[in-house]
Amino acid sequence: MSAENVKKFISFDALPGFLARAAEKNAVYVPRREGNAVVYRSFKAGDEAELGVRPTESCKHVVFPRGEELFSFAREADKEEPGKRRLVLTEASEPGAAVVFGALSCDARGFLAFDPVYNGSGTGGTAKDSYYLRRRNRTLIVVKACKNALNTCFCNWVGGGPASPQGADVLAVEAEQGLVLDILSGEGTAFTESLPAASEAQLAAAAAAVKAAEDSLPKAADVSAAPASLAALFSSAEFWNKESAHCLYCGACTYLCPTCYCFNITDESDGLTGVRLRSWDNCMSPLFTLEASGHNPRPNKADRLKNRVGHKFSYYPSLHSGRFSCCGCGRCIKSCPSSVDIRKIVLDAVKEAANV
Amino acid sequence: MSEQTGATAARPVYKAGTRNPYLPMPAKVIEVITETPTIKTFRVVLEDEQLMRDFTFEPGQVGQLSMFGVGESTFVINSPPTRKEYLQFSVMRAGENTTALHSLQAGDTVGVRAPLGNCFPYEKMKGKDIVFIGGGIGMAPLRTLLLFMLDNRKDYGKIRLLYGARSPQDMAFSSELPDWFGRRDLECTLTIDREAEGWQHKVGLIPNVLLEMNPDPNNCVAVTCGPPIMIKFTLQALEKLKFAPEQIYTTLEKRMKCGIGICGRCNIGDKYVCIDGPVFSMAELNAMPNEL
Ligand SMILES: Cc1cc2nc3c(=O)[nH]c(=O)nc-3n(C[C@H](O)[C@H](O)[C@H](O)COP(=O)(O)OP(=O)(O)OC[C@H]3O[C@@H](n4cnc5c(N)ncnc54)[C@H](O)[C@@H]3O)c2cc1C
Ligand code: SF4
Ligand code: SF4
Ligand code: FES
Repeated sequence: MSAENVKKFISFDALPGFLARAAEKNAVYVPRREGNAVVYRSFKAGDEAELGVRPTESCKHVVFPRGEELFSFAREADKEEPGKRRLVLTEASEPGAAVVFGALSCDARGFLAFDPVYNGSGTGGTAKDSYYLRRRNRTLIVVKACKNALNTCFCNWVGGGPASPQGADVLAVEAEQGLVLDILSGEGTAFTESLPAASEAQLAAAAAAVKAAEDSLPKAADVSAAPASLAALFSSAEFWNKESAHCLYCGACTYLCPTCYCFNITDESDGLTGVRLRSWDNCMSPLFTLEASGHNPRPNKADRLKNRVGHKFSYYPSLHSGRFSCCGCGRCIKSCPSSVDIRKIVLDAVKEAANV
Repeated sequence: MSEQTGATAARPVYKAGTRNPYLPMPAKVIEVITETPTIKTFRVVLEDEQLMRDFTFEPGQVGQLSMFGVGESTFVINSPPTRKEYLQFSVMRAGENTTALHSLQAGDTVGVRAPLGNCFPYEKMKGKDIVFIGGGIGMAPLRTLLLFMLDNRKDYGKIRLLYGARSPQDMAFSSELPDWFGRRDLECTLTIDREAEGWQHKVGLIPNVLLEMNPDPNNCVAVTCGPPIMIKFTLQALEKLKFAPEQIYTTLEKRMKCGIGICGRCNIGDKYVCIDGPVFSMAELNAMPNEL
């Protein structure tokens, strides 16, 4: 066994100090309670991390901020031609290093849905999104395995699991009043260097915890036919009207989703200076596709819900080696004000398409 | 099979280490032409001389024009790559950014992100007769390809242009029309929707005039662009004239932001208009979900 494969251990007592030390060099994000919600927020010495509760939102904002500056612009006085102004564009400065400690396994997998779109490696575009990539490359992700599944969880339908290591630098499993840490990357090795190796008893307890978590998930439904089924139902207004009947197109599902990656680009200015920003956008809004002429290719909520589900379970897989761009976190189900359930839509589609 | 269907141009490839794709290149407006009450043409030159010298694009590719502080929007580069003194964009006033663009004057600075998108498959069109059918501002993308073909005239067969607008005042590129009419290697037909005083050309809707022209579909390619309603009836007319879907090309419009296949705004199913388009053959469109 190479040194890298040695699992480490950190007790809950030692954790605050460990995170405080990490926060000296990195922006550290942990799940923290804010009112009724648990959200990923930056950690400083003395803060408390909520590692037992599932965060209401995903941690995508650490790598893909809700709003971020692309560049600033200014019209400066031209030294060579007095009276004239010269346009100066300045790219946003480089972000620092970050750590997400206690990400859900589905949240870490969410970044894997972003990656091929933003790094130009998929069969979509080939452009590289430097803003995303530089944050992504400087963010270390410590996944905290879930202890048990909620009734909205379906990560196992889409290739995940409560202790899936995919997308993680370190996988932490709760055992014996602490966390057993499985080190999965070079960055993870450096991050956990100061910690002791886990004992046999701790390893055994962690393995049992993973088993219990996996067993708590109901058997996965087979959604392999979803891409073809959704494509076949594209023109079925009846199907989509029915599935979207209760949707309020509030967009909560898109903002909470770890794999929703669409953005808007807007300018903010104050006379001669300003910034170009990009910010999360929401395909459930009719404004998303509204053209200047007044024409809208997706005027109805049925068109928009169809696009959201279709993208995750049909279009994206067709562009990215069959991988679904839903990681099964269930947030859109849990937080939807009208109980729209993406699992039901996908299963209905598979059933309906089989009948046509 | 795939040889026959679809635009041949691959998706644009961004080489590793090239510019930040979101950062516009500052460009100087060298000339503004008022085409119609709602359309202005801007000729621009990239301020960085090296960038301007190295700038290459293909007919049909588009660019994003920035008014800093207002925003960005998409326009086809309607000058051909064979004429590189400037890049030309024609902008119809539609909303916020296009209104701001209309305030530009010669000497002002604008931001350009280009080239974006695919292009007309002009290689595959070599040796063929070409019919251009443009309506209103839809003439802009056709102008690029038309001038490109005129600059490579021997590569193409008979070239015809049918260009329509609501009224003579709504006809963009009118200062170029005498030149186009004067050419013996280009057959021009103009039409307006309704009778107008002094109008010497056709009167009638584009699809009807097209049927009258009755182009022979044999070894011919039709390239059309214009408002959705005109496209719809023009496609029907082309079908009546026995043009196969593989022989018809058009360009699509979708609301766009990034222009590079990332922001997720412009998809039709698994196709992104900003990278798979804007140029599509009718055969390709028929294979796509109907969400235009
Ligand atoms: C591939 C392509 C080529 C085009 N070529 C031309 C051209 O040569 N000449 C021309 O006059 N117009 C062209 N258009 C349409 C032009 O992009 C829109 O009219 C313009 O974006 C409207 O911007 P606005 O700010 O004035 O409108 P607003 O309604 O204020 O729009 C706000 C923002 O929405 C987006 N948007 C709105 N409508 C459209 C639209 N139809 N297409 C793309 N983005 C939109 C833009 O980002 C815009 O800045 C083209 C569109 C596409 C997609
Ligand atoms: S599905 Fe639910 S959360 Fe999403 S937009 Fe509709 S009502 Fe809102
Ligand atoms: S679509 Fe719903 S279940 Fe799937 S990743 Fe997004 S929020 Fe989670
Ligand atoms: S404009 Fe962003 S994906 Fe096409």
